[in-house]
Amino acid sequence: MTTPSHATSEVVDSQRVAPAVHSATRPFYWSVRRELWENRSLYIAPLAVAALLLFGFLISTAHLPAKMRSAPGLDPMQLSEMIEEPYNFAALLLMGTYLIVGVFYCLDALHGERRDRSILFWKSLPVSDLSTVLAKASIPLVVLPLITFAITVVTQCIMLLLSCAVLAANGQSVAILWTHLPLFRMSLMLLYHLMAMHGLYYAPFYGWLLLVSAWARRAPFLWAGLPPLAIGVVEKIAFNSTHFADMLLSRVGGGPQAIIYPAQSSAMQSVSSMILGRFLITSGLWIGLAFFAACLAGAVWLRRNQGPI
Amino acid sequence: MACIEARGLRKAFGTNVALDSVNLRVEEGRILGLIGPNGAGKTTALNAILGLTPYQGELRVLGRDPWTERDLLMRDVCFISDVAVLPRWMRVSQALEYVAGVHPRFDRAKAEGFLAKTTIQPASKVRELSKGMVVQLHLALVMAIDARLLVLDEPTLGLDILYRKQFYDSLLNDYLDRNRTIIVATHQVDEIQNVLTDVMFIDRGRIVFDCSMEEFESRYVEVMAHPEQVAAVRGLRPMQERQGIGRSVMLFDSKVGGVDRQKLCALGEVRTPSIADVFVAVMSLQSSAPQGVAR
Repeated sequence: MTTPSHATSEVVDSQRVAPAVHSATRPFYWSVRRELWENRSLYIAPLAVAALLLFGFLISTAHLPAKMRSAPGLDPMQLSEMIEEPYNFAALLLMGTYLIVGVFYCLDALHGERRDRSILFWKSLPVSDLSTVLAKASIPLVVLPLITFAITVVTQCIMLLLSCAVLAANGQSVAILWTHLPLFRMSLMLLYHLMAMHGLYYAPFYGWLLLVSAWARRAPFLWAGLPPLAIGVVEKIAFNSTHFADMLLSRVGGGPQAIIYPAQSSAMQSVSSMILGRFLITSGLWIGLAFFAACLAGAVWLRRNQGPI
Repeated sequence: MACIEARGLRKAFGTNVALDSVNLRVEEGRILGLIGPNGAGKTTALNAILGLTPYQGELRVLGRDPWTERDLLMRDVCFISDVAVLPRWMRVSQALEYVAGVHPRFDRAKAEGFLAKTTIQPASKVRELSKGMVVQLHLALVMAIDARLLVLDEPTLGLDILYRKQFYDSLLNDYLDRNRTIIVATHQVDEIQNVLTDVMFIDRGRIVFDCSMEEFESRYVEVMAHPEQVAAVRGLRPMQERQGIGRSVMLFDSKVGGVDRQKLCALGEVRTPSIADVFVAVMSLQSSAPQGVAR
């Protein structure tokens, strides 16, 4: 007889707990969704670029049979490079799109809602400033890398299928493509690169842009660029050194030891947990993340204290 | 229980004092009209109540501190802060979906019911709606939230009279019940005179007038004096005199000077003044008070 009552009390407990969980994550989930509704460029831009890439690639497949006929004469390294080249280019272009979309998104994220006064509507709902800012920060940090990853992989798969179709139609063997194109390994590498480099390692940039977006009354683009430029110029004139500019550039370039890749990508077996572990203990990453957190805290404070423009 | 309680509420922007030690108490279930000239501090007061701005002094809304407990407070408080603040890119269906997602007390079916009475299409974007329709949409969203306090700051500014009337009609018929408190700040005060239960005037950051509508109706008297009695009525020292169509209209505060309603009836047509007229009279007394006797 004790079991049913025990079960009942458990049910009651879980019901009591459920609303608390519900209230903690739901506003965040819906905030992310509304960012995707509002900023359709987040996925339309990479899709458009992917469509453009595929269109260009389709035209280039005209030369593919001839190229593949010369393949047996090349040494394996050159062959791999030749085959991988368009796929790497596609990934690179989509990464560039991600960065451009990310920068514009961040600069508008907390500025646009104040400019069109819709912040008054958002603030009339039980969503905290922290949830809102975190949802906005998650876009360049998590959502965009995932979107970019998915679109890149799908694009590369379509490219491969197109190539196979063209080769098969010309009566050539497709085996050479499959054996020389490590698509799965490339995808893993890409995901790691997107999350580690463009997500985590670039986080301070996004943080700064979000902070400026929350602070600037107008021209956030200008405000985002001017202070770093001013610091660089003053440093150059005052001390004739370029530490600040070097620091920024090394951050953009991935840093001297920041992102640890295997020496040869084609020789790489897979992204081992050891590489990730070594990345996670670099001080540059954590200094950047601390700066990112400070920027977000500032953005939350500003959103809380400032009204519409 | 008091819905809103403020003691010594103060807010300054630099040297400009927007709220100057305001004390106020709004009981639950009242419909308060907050009326004041531009820049009097209405919006600042409402922003403090809504936790949108920090302040000095003591303020409790539904027993909570609006600045530190804003996120919790917003489950019980709704506001329409301005016309057309709904995000322009949003679709009507997305607005419903989003509010249903984040607000635990939102009844989506109810909001859809309100919208069905309008010409608003679920697939429309807010930017495609007219100003009146945006307000209808916002009102439908807000009325479907089971809130205890609703704050309206100039909710009908710039709307034509049909939409304005419809707005307050829906509010009265579909929303009001005894547990809900409503605060309306507006310039179009005459249109809501019969809706209000309380009225408050605010000027230069201070509450200069606070009374219930019952008291208002018994206390203020407007006399359209018979032409031959003008001098006699004037002798009773009205708080304000203005010219009607060929006749003098004088406003009396029966608390001051103990003017007798019966006596006034004999001297002209007696009626309850509009809030706007009393507002103008109170404001002109206010502005003349610091310099002693006017003119």
